[in-house]
Amino acid sequence: MTATTAAGSANTTTNLRTSSEVFKKVRIALTYGFLLLFGLAMVMPFIYSVANSFKTLPDINANPSLLYPTQGVSVEGYRKVFTQDFPRWLLNSIGMSVTLTITHLVFDSLAGYALARIKFPGRGIAFTALIGTMMVPGIVLLVPRFLVLKQLGLIGTYWGLILPAMTGAFGVFLMKQFFESIPPDIEEAASIDGCGRFRMFFVVILPLAIPALTALAIFSFQGSWNDLTGPLITVVNNRDLWTLQLGLALVRGETGSALPWDILLSGAVITTLPMAVIFFVFQRFFMESATYTAVKG
Amino acid sequence: MTAPSVTMKRASEDTARAKNMQEALAGYGFISPALAVIVVFIFVPMIFAFIISFTDWTGLKPVNEAQWNNFDNYRKLLFEDHPNRDDFSRALKNTAYYALGVVPTQTALSLLLAVIVNQKFLRFRGFFRTAFYFPSITSAVVIGTIFLWLFNRDGIINRLLIGISGGSYRPVTWLNDLNGVIHNVFKVFGLTLQTAPPWMRQTEIFGQSIWQWLSGPSVSMLAIMILAIWTTSGTLMLIFLAALQDIPTQLYEAASVDGANRWQQFRRVTLPLLRPTTFFVVTIGLIGTFQVFDQIYVISSGAPAGTTVTIAYLVYTTSRGAASQSAATAFMLFVIIMFFTLIQRRLMGSRSW
Repeated sequence: MTATTAAGSANTTTNLRTSSEVFKKVRIALTYGFLLLFGLAMVMPFIYSVANSFKTLPDINANPSLLYPTQGVSVEGYRKVFTQDFPRWLLNSIGMSVTLTITHLVFDSLAGYALARIKFPGRGIAFTALIGTMMVPGIVLLVPRFLVLKQLGLIGTYWGLILPAMTGAFGVFLMKQFFESIPPDIEEAASIDGCGRFRMFFVVILPLAIPALTALAIFSFQGSWNDLTGPLITVVNNRDLWTLQLGLALVRGETGSALPWDILLSGAVITTLPMAVIFFVFQRFFMESATYTAVKG
Repeated sequence: MTAPSVTMKRASEDTARAKNMQEALAGYGFISPALAVIVVFIFVPMIFAFIISFTDWTGLKPVNEAQWNNFDNYRKLLFEDHPNRDDFSRALKNTAYYALGVVPTQTALSLLLAVIVNQKFLRFRGFFRTAFYFPSITSAVVIGTIFLWLFNRDGIINRLLIGISGGSYRPVTWLNDLNGVIHNVFKVFGLTLQTAPPWMRQTEIFGQSIWQWLSGPSVSMLAIMILAIWTTSGTLMLIFLAALQDIPTQLYEAASVDGANRWQQFRRVTLPLLRPTTFFVVTIGLIGTFQVFDQIYVISSGAPAGTTVTIAYLVYTTSRGAASQSAATAFMLFVIIMFFTLIQRRLMGSRSW
């Protein structure tokens, strides 16, 4: 502030230059300070959770804001988590998310390709119908989907977890956008060589789509891994089929008023860990796919 | 001369028709798996829900015993002085305050972060982007659990506030405080339920008195709002960042040649060019906040005193025992979301479809 007023009163160029340099330094310092503050606000809750998950329960309750244990490192929380049903829920989560990622890759890219490149009667209607479902809030479907699953006898089964979530308008749309960006010449050349649609799709088109498929796989895995309402509708009454998300949400209610933070925090860490690993490995794809959502509007 | 060309033409027509037929079959083959899933698990349920919203079905007895009750569910929800309407209007109020607090804050914050991260001199840009984005990849259940712990009465947030204020701060039980935030501000100026003028207390609009409408979000809801802002700002920042990087640098150079300072450049160049992106961020924010469910389910289950019951959560709680009412409520939510989506489509134009 003083620097700018000094610059205003003294009109010599040297003074102006030094003051603008001071101003620039202040700006840089403020920028880093601000970003550091927000960066910490974003990251600290996770760091605190991880740090406290390695403490004893009394230690967590007494000194939550210390990043190191005062009563020695304890894996009691993790031990309790693993003697509970968490390993089973972990397997359920992995099984469900891997299956759904595969079905999304297959169904979404097939449908996206048809909408992008194949001419067939009813394509416009099919497309409108698909896009229309993007406007339907998931929660609106909560009860009706339960009823349909019940009619089909799928409540409390693995199939009930998988079937309704096998595809989604967003993934189809993402793939359609991508296939439209591939130059049609490639297909024409293949078609002259006598290549049918199916072979063309699997041999010529899909290899070109690997970046888009990676983004789709990440989206689908993240979506299924983090999903709460799907499992809540379908398997809430069958504890053996709970996923990590459902388990973590529901064990709290089973314990009465004093909350077992050691279990909850280690449960939270285990629930996040697979996603975090994927995030750090495929970081670039996450950043790119987040901006896809902006493009899609 | 003519005969062979006719047959040739017919033959080529036949091959063209066969080819079109093949194309169509391929098209149906490609799209039917996805379409089948969407029809069975989205369209059929939607139609089913729409139908039962005009019946008295509770969800407990078999569906075929349900009776038509015309618009009863909607009437009780919207037009009659009925407990259902009281619940709905309270949920609408809670959701509206939630959206009103979260959407502008997260939009402004993510824009600010994007502008800062986009500065040329900045190093460790990748690190900051990663740090801001990380919360977005975690689930509502995990974040809810962590926030539950942080906002505990003896939790880190309260300890931090005590530390900063030097002990003058009286710990708030964040997740069990039903007082409205605006009511709390009123209280500072001596305006409470007892001292409020009668018109505030007695005039009822859509199931609640003016005094009740003016409550603001409860303190517990405020904690959930902070959580929502904290989670989404990172994703929204990336969206703004992508848009910022699309702005040609020549525009800034031209503006600075014309003598525009940084603030003027931001006001006159950046903001107008970001308008479509800002609009997109605001509408997806509105659509997202009006659907909020997971966080409520994990953190508060609607407590304390129903001050964190949102429309989506009301749909969930009424689904057991009042299924037709729940379906009608869900359709009201659908209409609200549809409204936001259509505004978005209209104003953003149909760039991509």
